[in-house]
Amino acid sequence: MHLRKLVWREMFERKNQLATSFLAILLGIAVVVAIQNISFYSEKAVAAQLDALGANILVLPKSASLQDYYSADMQDEEFPEEYVQRLALSDLQGLDNLSPKLSLPVKLRERTFTLTGILPKSEFQAKAMWSGAGIFSRPAEGCGAVADVPGIFRPPARETLVRQRVIDDLSDTEVLTGADVAAVLGLQPGDSLELLGRRFTVTAVLPPTGTVDDARLFAHLHAVQELAGKGPVLNAIEIVGCCHEISGGLVQKINKLLPEAKVVTIAQVVDTQVRTNQMMARLSLIFLAIIVLVGGASIANYMYANVYERRREIGTFMALGASSAVILKMFLLKALLLGLAGGICGYGLGTVLAVSLGPRVAGIPVLPMPVLVPWAIGISVALALVASYFPARRAARLDPCATLQEV
Amino acid sequence: MRLESVSKTYRHNRRTVTALDNASVQIAAGEFVAVVGPSGSGKSTLLLVLGGMLSPTAGKVYLNGHALYDLSPNQRAELRRRQVGFVFQTFNLVPYLTARENVQVPLYLADMKPAAQRERAAALLERVGLGDRLDHKPSELSIGQQQRVALARVLANDPGIILADEPTGNLDPETGQHILDLLEDMNREGRTIVMVTHDPRAAARAKRTLRLQNGRISQE
Ligand SMILES: Nc1ncnc2c1ncn2[C@@H]1O[C@H](COP(=O)(O)OP(=O)(O)O)[C@@H](O)[C@H]1O
Ligand SMILES: [Mg+2]
Repeated sequence: MHLRKLVWREMFERKNQLATSFLAILLGIAVVVAIQNISFYSEKAVAAQLDALGANILVLPKSASLQDYYSADMQDEEFPEEYVQRLALSDLQGLDNLSPKLSLPVKLRERTFTLTGILPKSEFQAKAMWSGAGIFSRPAEGCGAVADVPGIFRPPARETLVRQRVIDDLSDTEVLTGADVAAVLGLQPGDSLELLGRRFTVTAVLPPTGTVDDARLFAHLHAVQELAGKGPVLNAIEIVGCCHEISGGLVQKINKLLPEAKVVTIAQVVDTQVRTNQMMARLSLIFLAIIVLVGGASIANYMYANVYERRREIGTFMALGASSAVILKMFLLKALLLGLAGGICGYGLGTVLAVSLGPRVAGIPVLPMPVLVPWAIGISVALALVASYFPARRAARLDPCATLQEV
Repeated sequence: MRLESVSKTYRHNRRTVTALDNASVQIAAGEFVAVVGPSGSGKSTLLLVLGGMLSPTAGKVYLNGHALYDLSPNQRAELRRRQVGFVFQTFNLVPYLTARENVQVPLYLADMKPAAQRERAAALLERVGLGDRLDHKPSELSIGQQQRVALARVLANDPGIILADEPTGNLDPETGQHILDLLEDMNREGRTIVMVTHDPRAAARAKRTLRLQNGRISQE
């Protein structure tokens, strides 16, 4: 006979009464674990999506108005191309991609499309000075690495332009057309096309994106600059910045570097992510508050009832020579076991819920998170102990004779 | 064991009830004393006061030379564990423990190792004739057997004093006799026994009888 066995026997003897408290704590912990688990993976997925979407910082002319992410680079004013160089040569951390752009309106068959000049990756690498800055030679450890989340893959080759705003190669006479443009003009890869008096060959038709990009044509930046006749100017630089660095003030740092330009984040996209995450965090906190209240009240209530029911037994223990410390330990050990069981089972149930419901609710794959085990057990045990402390103390302070006299 | 002018009053519904009224008595080591008296005369109160479970309103209680109620509650618990055994009219066995485990409880409280506890508990149950009922729960035993488990439990820490409150009150005469035999045996081993009883035949087994009337003690 030892304390553990004593407590264990008692718990099993009266397990029906224990069940309610156990269920309360089990469900509470399970819900919190499930929310934490799903929200972790959804944050990860949102971050990955954000990355896959492309730029999340825009450098625009000072006077620019930012109405909508996809047309933000079609501004009336320009700024010098030299800004790209300044960014590439800076020591700013978290710049994963730079994409300078100049856009011109072009009329084709009575419809206005946008001709956007972009700089292929090869151009960056060709300039020794720039490649030395290592913008594109960094190992893919930034947010880009998040793309290994199952379900999100990097599209190949030319099609990456739409999502990642990067293209490896593009010659002076090549043009890529958006899906709408190709449909309206009946273009196929290999067709030839005259734009502002210059002849281009269509090398690819981009897949539809459901955005204004579908009504664009992409050509080499320098070709578009020549057609515009305004010298080496741009009206936007799209930057893929690492999410961590953005929250760490990357925008302000770029602003400092380019004081004559306007630097903005893709507020809408980032906002959505931030709002989702905040909502999850708040939900999780609310549930935590609920389990602390409901679970705690249920345990305290059960423990008081248990002490009352066992007062005769407690009196007997005292008559047999148990000190009040032994009685206190008896009830606290019971609380500890209850908390442990609730925490472990709660983690298990919460993980099962998250893994099975996550894909349906949030549309993302969810994996178990063992890091939550100590949290689940810690919260559960602390809750059980705190809720049981006063009932246990009442038991330890019971007047033994009063419990023994009543028959 | 000595009571010196001990009074105990309870407050009940804002009225004071006197359970012991200036009671003095001396009980020598090795005595077998019966306490008789009408219901409500303070017999149970007397036992609880003697066992260090209930502090008197006035007066002094001495146990083996200690002024019992000058000690702290935990010191009294320790003294009970070593020297005093209680036997109750309703046995007060722990319902979820087997006979053997019930006997092990005081041994556990005295910090005995589990293996030794099991051995000693089995020997004690053997002594009261329950060697074949070690793993039965109280609910699986007759009431006479339950009281015998309680007697085995009281012997666990080899107490010098046994305080029994109507130990045969709930039993039929035959099983009651068996319990009294066991108590007599314990007295023969040199233990002091104070037994509250309603039953004149039980009282006759004792060597001395105290009569309680309205909280006052008189010798017979
Ligand atoms: N805990 C208590 N609170 C109030 N009154 C009590 C309490 N215990 C006993 N009494 C009263 O004290 C008197 C003596 O009780 P008790 O010692 O149990 O008598 P007995 O055992 O001889 O029947 C009775 O009048 C009883 O009602
Ligand atoms: Mg009584």
